[in-house]
Amino acid sequence: MISEEIVKKVEQKALNLRKSIVEMIGVNKTGHLGGSCSCAEIVATLYFYKMNIDPQNPQFEDRDRFLLSKGHAALVQYAALAEAGFFHKDELKNVKALCSMLQGHPDMTKTPGVEANTGSLGQGLSIANGMALGLKLDGKACRVYVIIGDGELAEGQIWEAAMAASRYRLDNILAVVDRNHLQATGATAERFDLGNIEAKWEAFGWNVIKIDGHNVRQIIEALNRAEQIKGKPTVIIAETIKGKGIFFAENNPSFHHASMTIQQYEEALKCICQCNTGGDYNGE
Amino acid sequence: MENKSLRNAYAQALIELAAENKDIVVLEADLGKSTMSCLFQDAFPERYFEMGIAEQNMASTAAGLAIAGKIPFINSFAVFATGRAYDQIRQGICIAKLNVKICGSSAGLSDYGDGSTHQSVEDVAIMRAIPNMTVLVPCDAVETKKMVNAMVMNKGPMYLRINRNDLPILTREDEEFKIGKLYTIREGKDVVVFANGIMVSKALEAAILLEKEGISVKVVNASTVKPLEKEAVMQACKGCKGIVAAEEHSIIGGLGSAILEALRGERDFPVEMVGIQDKFGTSACNYDDLLEYYGLTTANIVNSIRKLAF
Repeated sequence: MISEEIVKKVEQKALNLRKSIVEMIGVNKTGHLGGSCSCAEIVATLYFYKMNIDPQNPQFEDRDRFLLSKGHAALVQYAALAEAGFFHKDELKNVKALCSMLQGHPDMTKTPGVEANTGSLGQGLSIANGMALGLKLDGKACRVYVIIGDGELAEGQIWEAAMAASRYRLDNILAVVDRNHLQATGATAERFDLGNIEAKWEAFGWNVIKIDGHNVRQIIEALNRAEQIKGKPTVIIAETIKGKGIFFAENNPSFHHASMTIQQYEEALKCICQCNTGGDYNGE
Repeated sequence: MENKSLRNAYAQALIELAAENKDIVVLEADLGKSTMSCLFQDAFPERYFEMGIAEQNMASTAAGLAIAGKIPFINSFAVFATGRAYDQIRQGICIAKLNVKICGSSAGLSDYGDGSTHQSVEDVAIMRAIPNMTVLVPCDAVETKKMVNAMVMNKGPMYLRINRNDLPILTREDEEFKIGKLYTIREGKDVVVFANGIMVSKALEAAILLEKEGISVKVVNASTVKPLEKEAVMQACKGCKGIVAAEEHSIIGGLGSAILEALRGERDFPVEMVGIQDKFGTSACNYDDLLEYYGLTTANIVNSIRKLAF
């Protein structure tokens, strides 16, 4: 049984990540607000509950690996890396600045804790497969976690990788689909309707777990359950809300990549602050 | 001259190196009996990954294996290895300078029967344009073997372009191969021919023919297309009246282009190009007919040299 204390701790971390995301985007600058906020609880649970990591020694061999296949949500990973202590939070101010260690998309050559170069959509799961194969060849027990967007599932390479992962029985892979139902220009269902997304992954030989992607207890339980499944990879379909936690951005495709006015910025921070004290803020 | 298989030499070299180096792994996209990676599968089945007809996934999987400390060699026909998986090579492999080796087999027109879809005329151009990529084009089995060794010994993304057909042995076992080095295989002073792959043997034939006319031709095996340093090219051209670049590739973006880029800003270096004139390939009943059709011939090299020699 997971204690309430642990759940509360991770929930607080998710709020901290959202606050950093909002601060990184700031006023009148653009950033991927929606897709960064939709997976804040998932990222927080991985970094602050599940993964074996060492911010002082980011490359230690037995670490768990984290990949953000939906690389445009880099802000949430940068927020988590800073929160975990991979680098100082002051670095977050330089995100996307010329030659910054925090690039617009994850870059393993520049940022401690980033494991691969992702952002050209559809490639992260394949890279995760390669890492997982390499770890198995070396007899290592550590795991590879990869977050995929639901819009990203339109990329054919995802399904090549899905076949490969089950072919090679990569039970050291855990994929999370951030099922926020929106992509850059509108509803995912209006581009390609994914239909029964669970059935699709099952048909490709995966173990599938469906959860509420903002419910930390459910995320923790799903991650722990996935670890027990041997002989096949597991995918968690996490139902989420794009822009979650920032009331004016929730379910609003224009906040896929957008700027905030000074009023919106202040309201966004107020939303997060209210959540901190247990209340819900919706601008009223 | 004895003809030998480059693709067998490639697989044999990998097998020999893999016996010592446990990090070498091989990925194949269902063409193992053509690329000859099947020989590696027999020797080291636990380090061989059949990735199916899914080149994009194969390339990105290799990126992950490289991150995990392995030395992955990915295999397919050159046209698919570079074209189908271009974005994966660019984004996932080259930006991070990962240690992934790409073997483009049945390159150029060498898969003569299969036609334009399977022949690669622009693979060198697209690989060469990617920052951090090294591009190697062996002219024979001996050089292929030495190149595979160099690919293992040197880190970073590399593209090896392999001819499907057996080619004459022109290089020496006892000469070390170094990435970026230009190899003079026949001395001469009037005109210099830079060639790679199958065109090296044709350049040598041209040089022998012209010697009888009193034209002295230097032949350089430019088996590294990238990196190609200006100083090395200048050194090879020293004292010559002109340059011929000969390659089994489009004249756009290949070896000829690389030489012109290296010589930019320099005066007095007229360059002729023997290559495919911005066209796709086509089917033929044999390789020689196809080379003739596209002008990849000794006669064409001779004519180009004559234009420059007087």
